[in-house]
Amino acid sequence: MHGSIRKRTIMTNWIHPSLLFILGSFLIPFLHGRVKKAYLILIPVLAFISVVTVSQGTYGVFEFLGHELIFGKVDKLSLIFSYIFTIMAFVGMVYSIHVTDTGQHMAAWFYIGSSLGVTFAGDYFSLFIFWEIMAFASAYLVFAGRQKSSVDAGFRYILIHIVGGLFLLAGILLHYGDTGSFLFGLLEQDGSMAFYLILLGFMLNAAVPPLHAWMPDAYPEASVTGAIFLATYTSKTAVYVLIRAFAGTEILIWIGAIMALYCVMYATLQNDFRRLLSYHIASQIGYMVAAIGLGTGLAIDGATAHAINNILYKGILFMGAGAVIHITGKRRLTDLGGLYKAMPVTLILYMIGGFAISGFPLLNGFISKGMIISAAGHDHQALIVLILLLAASGTFLSTTIKIPYYMFFGKASKIEAKEPPLNMLIGMGIAAVLCLLIGIYPGLFYGLLPYPVHFEPFTADHVTGSLGLLMATVLGFFLLLKVIKPEHHISLDVDWFYRMGTRIFLWFARRPVCAYEGFITEISNTVILPVIYFFARVGLWIDRNIVDLAVNSTANFVINMSAFVRRVQTGLVQHYAVGMVIGIMLIIIIYSLIGG
Amino acid sequence: MIKRFVNYIGDTKNWGKLRILFYIILAVVFISDFFVHRHHVEFIWDKIPGWSAFYGFLSCIVLIIVSKALAHAWLYKEEDYYD
Repeated sequence: MHGSIRKRTIMTNWIHPSLLFILGSFLIPFLHGRVKKAYLILIPVLAFISVVTVSQGTYGVFEFLGHELIFGKVDKLSLIFSYIFTIMAFVGMVYSIHVTDTGQHMAAWFYIGSSLGVTFAGDYFSLFIFWEIMAFASAYLVFAGRQKSSVDAGFRYILIHIVGGLFLLAGILLHYGDTGSFLFGLLEQDGSMAFYLILLGFMLNAAVPPLHAWMPDAYPEASVTGAIFLATYTSKTAVYVLIRAFAGTEILIWIGAIMALYCVMYATLQNDFRRLLSYHIASQIGYMVAAIGLGTGLAIDGATAHAINNILYKGILFMGAGAVIHITGKRRLTDLGGLYKAMPVTLILYMIGGFAISGFPLLNGFISKGMIISAAGHDHQALIVLILLLAASGTFLSTTIKIPYYMFFGKASKIEAKEPPLNMLIGMGIAAVLCLLIGIYPGLFYGLLPYPVHFEPFTADHVTGSLGLLMATVLGFFLLLKVIKPEHHISLDVDWFYRMGTRIFLWFARRPVCAYEGFITEISNTVILPVIYFFARVGLWIDRNIVDLAVNSTANFVINMSAFVRRVQTGLVQHYAVGMVIGIMLIIIIYSLIGG
Repeated sequence: MIKRFVNYIGDTKNWGKLRILFYIILAVVFISDFFVHRHHVEFIWDKIPGWSAFYGFLSCIVLIIVSKALAHAWLYKEEDYYD
């Protein structure tokens, strides 16, 4: 009792960052010019202060229909995710501050706010509500690409996420049925339906194959600035909830490793560079999913650190790619080339992100990728280690060699280009500085991870091992330059099933169902309707000539009868007396005749 | 400074020198792997000097060839495939 009172008093002392973003977004349409820009920066800063100053505990507990809604479960894990989410909100706002489309800023804030809502949710109920807001707010950023292809992809995106949300909801309700609790925490691995449905719902948002195709489908269609938020929030909140509920679920080790490899393989095939980068988001999440499956302290720290780092360097890569689209309007590698002269700063910043994702020493990816691979090694998972190393080579190959080679170097395209607006470069620059900071001083970072870490990244063999792997990849790339070159193709992926599936459904609706419907109509018109009409006419005749006649005759009879009765019933006593006397006389006569 | 550096790398006239520089770095990394202390040996290949470089090279080649072969045999479709 004492505890719950204390909770409620503390609650008033903490402004939940979701409130800042979601309520704050309603003010954006009323602001203009410098005030609006200042406001767009101010709220992420306030949100960051809010999460940095809050101490661990439980806040924002409400009674709702006899259940506790917990909006503020603050512990080490939710805190570190909230730090990076608010930092990335700031970076994303700086990058997109020139955008005049207010709807995009509002959608981004709804999206960020609901992601933070998921991060601090202590119960499945509030988690689910924020989960759904995320889906709809982020879909707006896909629609904001404002091409026909964006709108189509946006609809596919929202439909898939509705399906994922339904998995999650069904799982939550079954879980409640099993346990009687909505509390969000580590799930018991009982192999129940609830366990797998919740896992499916989370895996869909983490883009785990075969539930991943929405990501490379939708992200390249989003607006240049919207893609930065998309690349950050949906998949990383999914990693966060997977850590919370499914740490140590062994099947995830293999799922994650296969995911890392599958998506790296697809990335090598892409020509649309934001689609290529989207496959790499999914591939990097494969590392995290595998680490979540391992479930050891080092693995969970590695998954957390990798999620944080991924947000930073993937942010840079998407911002760099977005800057190129913003300037040139081109989205395919085959349409680009030779931009190095016009966009040197963009190139350098992009390369920092590229080297970071590849795990170069002194950059943040080196630390967290090392933690995950070490964790797999400590668990004696030889094949997993080999698959993850293969994927590391593939990441460097596509993101850090292939894209820059064909975008910035290679044959010079005759495209007029210049550096993007300064705010875009500053956004990339902030993320680049953070990548370097974590990469050079990982100690600053370890203290924030959920478990105490004893990981020494800068051992000589780790450094020479990583560099050897990456340098040899460069060699392989240049040897196979003719094979790897981007091509004017798209590659089939599992989205085929629902893209063609809906087509088959529509064909089925248009052809067989329509034909059947026509056939039925025809039979109805030529055979059934005349019969029905015939019977209707017969019925009408019967109604008119027999039923009506009978009714009318009865009515006439009743009227005539009553007229007669009315005449008989004069109401005069002497008439009745005469009638009675005549009647008595008749009875006496009848009796005497019979009796006689 | 950034501009000069990037322009130097981007200019194809310098690519010969850059290639030599790359080979030198690769050789240094590869050879130094023979001499570093193995901090933690988990698997048998951890003991093989230059293993990472060899494995990275193999990974890169296999990944490119397998994925492109799959793509040309099956996965690649025209860009208007879904239209």
